Amino acid sequence: MRVTQGAFSYLPDLTDEEITAQVQYVLDQGWPCAVEYTDDPHPRNTYWEMWGLPMFDLTDAAGVLAEITDCRTAHPGLYIRLIAYDASYGRQTTALSFLVARPAVEPGFRLDREEGSDRQIRYRLHAYSADRPEGERYPSDR
Amino acid sequence: MTDPAERTDRWAAGVLPYAEMGYWQPDYEPKPTDILAAFRITPQPGVPPEEAGAAVAGESSTATWTVVWTDRLTSHEHYQAKCYSVTAVPGVEGQYIALIAYDIDLFEEGSIANLTSSIIGNVFGFKALRALRLEDMRIPSHYAKTFQGPAHGIVMEREYLGKYGRPLLGATTKPKLGLSARNYGRVVYEALRGGLDFTKDDENINSQPFMRWRDRFLFSMEGVNRAQAATGEIKGHYLNVTAATMEDMYERAEFAKQLGSIIVMIDLTVGYTAIQSMALWARRNGVLLHLHRAGHGTYTRQKNHGVSFRVIAKWMRLAGVDHIHAGTVVGKLEGDPNITRGFYDTLRLNHVPADPGKGLYFDQDWASLPGCMPVASGGIHAGQMHQLLDYLGEDVILQFGGGTIGHPMGVAAGATANRVALEAMIKARNEGREFVEEGPDILRSAAKHCKELEMALSTWGDITYQYESTDVPDVVATPTPSS
Repeated sequence: MRVTQGAFSYLPDLTDEEITAQVQYVLDQGWPCAVEYTDDPHPRNTYWEMWGLPMFDLTDAAGVLAEITDCRTAHPGLYIRLIAYDASYGRQTTALSFLVARPAVEPGFRLDREEGSDRQIRYRLHAYSADRPEGERYPSDR
Repeated sequence: MTDPAERTDRWAAGVLPYAEMGYWQPDYEPKPTDILAAFRITPQPGVPPEEAGAAVAGESSTATWTVVWTDRLTSHEHYQAKCYSVTAVPGVEGQYIALIAYDIDLFEEGSIANLTSSIIGNVFGFKALRALRLEDMRIPSHYAKTFQGPAHGIVMEREYLGKYGRPLLGATTKPKLGLSARNYGRVVYEALRGGLDFTKDDENINSQPFMRWRDRFLFSMEGVNRAQAATGEIKGHYLNVTAATMEDMYERAEFAKQLGSIIVMIDLTVGYTAIQSMALWARRNGVLLHLHRAGHGTYTRQKNHGVSFRVIAKWMRLAGVDHIHAGTVVGKLEGDPNITRGFYDTLRLNHVPADPGKGLYFDQDWASLPGCMPVASGGIHAGQMHQLLDYLGEDVILQFGGGTIGHPMGVAAGATANRVALEAMIKARNEGREFVEEGPDILRSAAKHCKELEMALSTWGDITYQYESTDVPDVVATPTPSS
């Protein structure tokens, strides 16, 4: 399966050149970038690990791409996303988020169902990757 | 006209022109706390426009048709609405814009029902007017702050969904009527799995003999959860809880919440009070609230009579819905581009500057009341993605009902076509491309790696709705775009 979180997951994976163009747009808006990574793609896993602090003072797209590259090297085969943050009054939230790396094989999710008495079903989304301990969830970590 | 203050017979029994009872005050300076209204008035032949404006002010506040001595028991000057400006509409014989100021004391705090019972309660049937339209209102912060406002708002909704930087995508399950609950849930699953963020009950899907609400909720949530597992994204289906009574609506909403639905839906037909109650419920329970504007066309569409949708949009932002249908410009339903932009600004911005070109008569400061997510729905398809993004921007839900479900390769394929078209357009825009002019090229090259989009473009690429809008701004006549 393919996790389709982020703004561009239905397109072919972005090349570094395409990522740089998006980063340039983000910086032109005055939005700082941040890089985050995880091995648990559950959609309610809000807090991915931060690859350093948000790059508040970085205005060069090449610098952001270098951070992405370093993060990929340090955490091969994990999900990595770029986040653009809009601190302006009235927004103060994420402005854009898209994946810049994903595992070669994505095992996806199992849907657990617990049947209730009146046809109600409690659903639980279970990420197969989370069956293994942290750091051993994707082939390239092992 | 005699100055009301100088009249010696102001309190004599009988009938006085409204203008002479103090409802026409051309020198009045509106206070920052006043609620202001702009009415388009068409007086009967022989009725002076100032008298017509004063009559509207009078009948929407303290006046009745004759002088009453009991006014003298009150500080009546305080409670009288004041018509302070009447100007002819350029180029239209017999139409005027009357501006009226209402003291904030006239209205109960936090009550749309009370506000509207005054402002549109009696005056629309008034014989001295051939037609009357409420064009806009200025809601002062002092009054806006007495309302809850959107249960969650645009920022919270995006954080709840984890979706940023692009419009959201939806579709209304079709056919509107007749699907069994099991088949209905199939459409929900396919559309969400294929790439939509939301699916939606139609406004008239409540609990009919062919599908009862409880069954629909159960099967739809199976579809939602399956789609979440298939994509790793948060998905939602607007479960329509519209019903005959508040008790029924609460019961259905509670059940939707119990099943884990992130959103419920109501129709405008349930009434302002019920909408406010559901907005309180939605905030208390952490469930998004979608509003379908069912029925609004009966009073919003004609330019000379009724209530403009921008006023309904303001009331609904106060009332506290998270989503509201607000037009597409390019689709099958009424919508001039500039007027529609005015609706979108009204719903989304914190400070909305007056702009006659967009039909906005007043500055509107929302005093940090959250924004309301506009929904564009009705006759739109993937081939219009560049125009939709240009007209409607990023904080919008684009709903492709027929444009998803009618796809020749199936519902999921239709959803994928829309999602690919959207992502390709956002990517191109961010890359600095002239996406409006280059839109068709951008879509065609995205279709090279997506046969679903290729099929969508060849099926619907040429469909446009070329009709002139009836509700257009006075200052610039802009035809509905044709391509």
